[in-house]
Amino acid sequence: MTDLRLRVAVVVFPGSNDEQAAAFALRTLGAEPALVWHAEPDLPRDAGAVVLPGGFSYGDYLRCGAIARFARVMPAISSFADAGGPVLGICNGFQILCEAGLLPGVLRPNASLRFVCRDVRLRVERTDTPFTSNCEPGQRLTIPVKHGEGCWFADEKLLTTVEANGQVVLRYDEDNPNGSLADVAAVANADGNVMGLMPHPEYAVDPLLGSSDGGLILASLVEAARSHAAALV
Amino acid sequence: MRATVLIRPKAGILDPQGEAVGSSLRQLGFAVGAARVGRVVDVDIDASGPDAARAAVEQMCEQLLANPLIESYEIELAG
Repeated sequence: MTDLRLRVAVVVFPGSNDEQAAAFALRTLGAEPALVWHAEPDLPRDAGAVVLPGGFSYGDYLRCGAIARFARVMPAISSFADAGGPVLGICNGFQILCEAGLLPGVLRPNASLRFVCRDVRLRVERTDTPFTSNCEPGQRLTIPVKHGEGCWFADEKLLTTVEANGQVVLRYDEDNPNGSLADVAAVANADGNVMGLMPHPEYAVDPLLGSSDGGLILASLVEAARSHAAALV
Repeated sequence: MRATVLIRPKAGILDPQGEAVGSSLRQLGFAVGAARVGRVVDVDIDASGPDAARAAVEQMCEQLLANPLIESYEIELAG
């Protein structure tokens, strides 16, 4: 049953195109999505989590996510993250969080220079995050990707830190579609409450869509949102 | 005053676009080694002098025009 009080903010930038799919998936999993336009200065006060959906914000001009990070809503997202709120960036949302400095690294053009659109196999590296609590350690997930710039990169020093902190949450399982460093598919911040991933869990929430593994990620997020929202009251 | 910012992928960073350009040039028969692809941004700027202009453009690079993790930049001033 949908708990109307559990709201998850889905931020919409000019050029976002997966916000409706994200909203559909969240609603299916029992949350009430609240679409938030990028020019808003605030998030809904009762939001338990924030999702930055996929798309091509600002036409990917300059670098993916480089312009969206200056959107008016971004300081509110930073504050929400600083307060421990769960923030999930999917695809373009991942790129924006990296450019904003909320996540380490950067997403570069795929090594193949081709846009890739297919299911990929992922390996769950951590289950103690707000995004993977419904997964088993080492579990294999099948979730689609669709991107041209998903090649996660960090310099040697940063990669060492990220690995030492266990910030890699999902890796491509012998199935790297974009040439990302260390097969990174999803990376979290040091505190573990902000995560970005290139695969699209919102397109894998029903067996009819070929996989419901994305539902494990988003159901974990909805649970975390419920705890965070409860703590706000 | 006109500032021209040259943004390049840092040395050692894989540049698939540059590799594709290099291999196309070789296919055309040009004897070339590596090719690297960057970006040029021309900015018209009001500043009291070249030092102020350079300082402002450096800030632009740090905050927006380049990502220091993967890109280096060079500023040229004219006029």
